[in-house]
Amino acid sequence: MVGALNTYVTPSGFWNPILWLIAFLISLLLAYIIWSRGEKSYKKETEQVKPFFAGNVIESKERAHVRAHNIYWGFVEALRPYYMALKRIHTGDVNDYVAWFIGVTSFMLIIYFLWGVKP
Amino acid sequence: MTEFIHHIPALIIVIPLLWGFATPLIGRLSKKGMYAWVVTALAITEALTIAQIYLVLTQGTQVYVMGGATYNTTIPPDSGGIPVRIILTVDAFSAFMAFTAATVTLAGGIYSITSEEGTSGESMYYTLLLLMLSGMLGMVMTGDLFNFFVFLEINSLASAGLIAYRVGKGISVEAAFKYAIISSVGALIYLFGVGILYGEYDALNLAMVASRMQFTGLDKVVMALFTVALAMKAGSVPLHYWVPDAYGKAPGAISAILVTASQASLYALFRVCFSLFGLGSNTLTTGWFLISLGLLSMFVGVTMALIQTDIKRLMAYHAISQTGYMLLGVGVGLATLGTAAFSQYGLQAMEGGIFHIINHAMYKGLLFLTAGAVIYRLGTSDLNKMGGLAHNMKYTTVFFMIGALSIAGIPPFNGFASKLMIYESTYLFNPILSIIAIVVSVLTLASFVKVFHSAFMGPKLYDVKEVPKAMLVGMAILTSLIILFGLFPNIAIQYLVGPAAKALANQAAYISSVMGGA
Repeated sequence: MVGALNTYVTPSGFWNPILWLIAFLISLLLAYIIWSRGEKSYKKETEQVKPFFAGNVIESKERAHVRAHNIYWGFVEALRPYYMALKRIHTGDVNDYVAWFIGVTSFMLIIYFLWGVKP
Repeated sequence: MTEFIHHIPALIIVIPLLWGFATPLIGRLSKKGMYAWVVTALAITEALTIAQIYLVLTQGTQVYVMGGATYNTTIPPDSGGIPVRIILTVDAFSAFMAFTAATVTLAGGIYSITSEEGTSGESMYYTLLLLMLSGMLGMVMTGDLFNFFVFLEINSLASAGLIAYRVGKGISVEAAFKYAIISSVGALIYLFGVGILYGEYDALNLAMVASRMQFTGLDKVVMALFTVALAMKAGSVPLHYWVPDAYGKAPGAISAILVTASQASLYALFRVCFSLFGLGSNTLTTGWFLISLGLLSMFVGVTMALIQTDIKRLMAYHAISQTGYMLLGVGVGLATLGTAAFSQYGLQAMEGGIFHIINHAMYKGLLFLTAGAVIYRLGTSDLNKMGGLAHNMKYTTVFFMIGALSIAGIPPFNGFASKLMIYESTYLFNPILSIIAIVVSVLTLASFVKVFHSAFMGPKLYDVKEVPKAMLVGMAILTSLIILFGLFPNIAIQYLVGPAAKALANQAAYISSVMGGA
């Protein structure tokens, strides 16, 4: 339901992006005020800007960049059985794609024959 | 002028079709002339789809009889009461889908001017692009079951050609081959269903068949053939396997447009569930079929996306995941159709699902264009080889951020508005569905944080320039709509989404728009 002042009324509340944006900007302003009153000893072009990697010496900034395949490694490891199963069915073989289609169609034929039409 | 207005539905399909066939001729004369020619066609089509929305909102469903004595005589006096000609039936849902397809194709067409510049067979690229658009528009505007098959084939053939366009040492061709096989199987199964209905009811017009539907055993077979074939073409799990191959290997602009092509099949899936079978079928069963596909698509899509290291394949899996939201929203609407719950939350779930169609087309289209921009500059789609692009490609980075925040459902972008509608309404239907949808959104954000970090953050690894202006303009068009629909969702809901949802839910109005008092 659409209400006044760009407000969309939902079953449990409302959504007004303009109000949200105003609140967000106020929050940003508050964050900036807090930040501006903080530590002022940061200096560019000094040791401070070098990447810190658990105390190990980093040869170059380029090598410090975490690559895509390392991101969420722990998450993927924790879900290894799930991902093994998923990868197994993603064969890349078009015959399998069609087999899935036949399988789902057969399943839905049974479902529709049993419950497809109102009794 | 009044006479011209009546022909808008036909012109929307015919302009890109004819313009497309003439493109190679123009291309032989002048390359710049060809670009102007193609962009003009896309802009005119876009303008006509906007005009069509206005017409539908002010005058109601538009019908257009191809080759008829008059444009709106759906049942000729000598036809025995059967609408024998091809009839375009454009209600608010069709008009909404046509606008979505035309907008993304316009952005993709402008983007392609530089992204595909210098490639061999450029004029063929634009011919196929226009044919693809024509096919999509026909699919969402036709009221004829067989004619839908024809437009589906036009769209599929053009899409397959465009997926293979870059060749990519044969990999793109393989992806196109798989797409062609899947499209052909889906289309032929659909055609088989049309044949059964024609044999039963002596008609091909959707409204006519719907009005005569007896729900025999054969009709149940057709229900299975139609819904599964169209779900496969829409790229929903577990029929999604072709999507990462096709989206992943097509040129960036084509991947964006393929999103709307899949949505045209999703439109057809919704159309047959609501307008063809409607309340005569067990809407709880068909509704839960859509919901189940939606849940599987959301979860499998996003979890597969998380482990991808190819930027286009990652985004392709997200396209599958986002399709799940649309299936979920509209599925809840279908499951509650004809009950008191429909007016309480079912209609809003449908609105959320339908709003998500246009939102997804915009932000996923944008994301594919940004991925194309990255590949354009780096020559690789491997995220492991990327990094630090924000240093040099500032506009592309901003566009990517907007698209990523939008797909993750972060306010105030458009993805949030439609997801909020889906969360709240599905929560009232079944809280578990809503919780899964929110978890999937969190995983989507995590996945795009990965892309953002891998490709754009970190030290400068490559000394590349920002992409050319035409590509930026293409991305800017979709970005502006994301922001517009995000900040003013009421505009989209009031003029596009709400009427579309109500039109889809009203089978009687759809039938009477063609059959009248017959």
